[in-house]
Amino acid sequence: MIAVFIETRDGKAKKGSLEALSEAKRRAAELGVGTAAILVVGGGATSDGVVAELGGCGPARVHVLESAGLADYSAQGYAKAIADFVGEARPSALFFAATALGKDLAPRVAARLGVGLASDCTRLAVRDGRLEFTRPVYAGKALLSLTLASTPQVATLRPNVFPLEAGPAGAAPEVVRKAVEIPDGFVKGRVAEVLKEESVEIDVTEADVVVSGGRGLKGPENFALLRELAAVFPRAAVGASRSAVDSGWIGHQHQVGQTGKTVSPNLYVAVGISGAIQHLAGMSSSKCIVAVNKDPEAPIFKVADYGIVGDLFEVVPRLREELKKVLAE
Amino acid sequence: MNIVVFVKRVPDTESRIRIQHETRSVVEDGLNFVASPYDEFAVEEALRLKEANGGAVRVASVGREEAMPVLRKCLAMGADEAVLIKDEAPESYDGLRTARIIARAVEGRFAGTDLLLFGKQAVGTDNGQVPSMVAELLGLPQANVVTKLEIEGGSGTAYREVEGGTEKVVFSLPAVISAQKGLNEPRYETLKGIMAAKKKEIPVVRLEELGLKAEDLAPKVVVTGLDVPPQRQAGRILQGDPAETARDLAALLHAEAKVV
Repeated sequence: MIAVFIETRDGKAKKGSLEALSEAKRRAAELGVGTAAILVVGGGATSDGVVAELGGCGPARVHVLESAGLADYSAQGYAKAIADFVGEARPSALFFAATALGKDLAPRVAARLGVGLASDCTRLAVRDGRLEFTRPVYAGKALLSLTLASTPQVATLRPNVFPLEAGPAGAAPEVVRKAVEIPDGFVKGRVAEVLKEESVEIDVTEADVVVSGGRGLKGPENFALLRELAAVFPRAAVGASRSAVDSGWIGHQHQVGQTGKTVSPNLYVAVGISGAIQHLAGMSSSKCIVAVNKDPEAPIFKVADYGIVGDLFEVVPRLREELKKVLAE
Repeated sequence: MNIVVFVKRVPDTESRIRIQHETRSVVEDGLNFVASPYDEFAVEEALRLKEANGGAVRVASVGREEAMPVLRKCLAMGADEAVLIKDEAPESYDGLRTARIIARAVEGRFAGTDLLLFGKQAVGTDNGQVPSMVAELLGLPQANVVTKLEIEGGSGTAYREVEGGTEKVVFSLPAVISAQKGLNEPRYETLKGIMAAKKKEIPVVRLEELGLKAEDLAPKVVVTGLDVPPQRQAGRILQGDPAETARDLAALLHAEAKVV
């Protein structure tokens, strides 16, 4: 069985978790095994809404691990709950979405189980009855394929890469509730509060469209142009090159590249970004890349599917209007 | 406060990566090696905490003799001591193996440490596994991808980046913290620091001294391939009147690329 940890935020399953569950379903079919979902809930919280959401990628069973000690997220507490579950259920593989939480938690679970971990995978295959994981290394300048010589095979799967299983919702999954024991004093660190960044609705790693700016923007105020362009799309975020971030024009959480975030949206629009190798590393797995730059020799044009050579201050507002028209049709 | 920072020698981020296919490894000739950029934020944070609270900052690296210049750089920045945990094995991409080595070193040579600092990931392997794994192996709390850290007495508060916001993590010491860009601005080494670092001896700890069993060191990761990703084909470049190019691009994104 392939078990998938379902991360929730504000009572909803994270899209990355549903993608991981979808991929688990596909690989499990190939391996001739089933899938199960794992939910961790704190005292009094309900999981019914999330179970209903699992829909088309629905596993046969949803295991709900409950404890009052898990009301706040703690890597320690969650890792114990999941490792205890693995000890009993013995899945052959265990997947997490490679989100901030998944990347925090999965290594802790793997270490508790004494098994290896494949981080931030972008492709899975079945080879001789085991999983083969492919993941970008050197920020995407190389691809590493690996198998794990330990069971369960634990992996985190990069969000926005694996397609959602859009099949019809099958039979409602069986819900199995289990009380987890978290001894007093076991958890020595926990999340006390989540502070939402105002104006940011969606992270660059989760967006369907990323509009990024670089030195060519000339100053922080001109990021407004990119925000306006991004606002045309339903799930878009604003990104930036390292030089724009290092100049203090925008926060580093927007940085795309080797010392920033790696993104793979459907559409990546690079505006006034020359395309240094460390930036290309972070975005070249995007499905479609558009570049706007006044320098026809800029390296960004070598990876772009479409490019406009021109003054971004003239092009971007017009592009926004044209895209609005197309989207309105 | 006693702090140990773990650093790794990696190719710098401007490196062009070439692959040696027979050995499934990266060609090291011609690469410029540096301390992993996130590790520098960790070293800087350790030095600031020491300046504020007293104590000692020690730096350690698991790796080959070639990691010495990286350790020396940390000494030049102001670390009190540097230790090389000598591991001759080629890159295994296996976080658990490294974490076991580090956890054992912390229990032994670095016993009594209040804070273990790491970069959020080593640039290159990009695993981001070791800090959490060390925390689990030692039963310590963790906060990863931290952009702000406050320590007071026996506890601390860390602010860490999550999608679209920041998580505030409260924890007791000892603890494991991994640094994200934005935590601070790493200092440059001073000439005085560089001269002093040259004179310092860097002790070498051998893996056998840590009492690890062969099975602890056997990688769980089996590399089956290492390749460069397929090159993207250069696409269609539009030039000329901004209004026309913008209109053509919007049409192409809709009709041809089908992303709009």
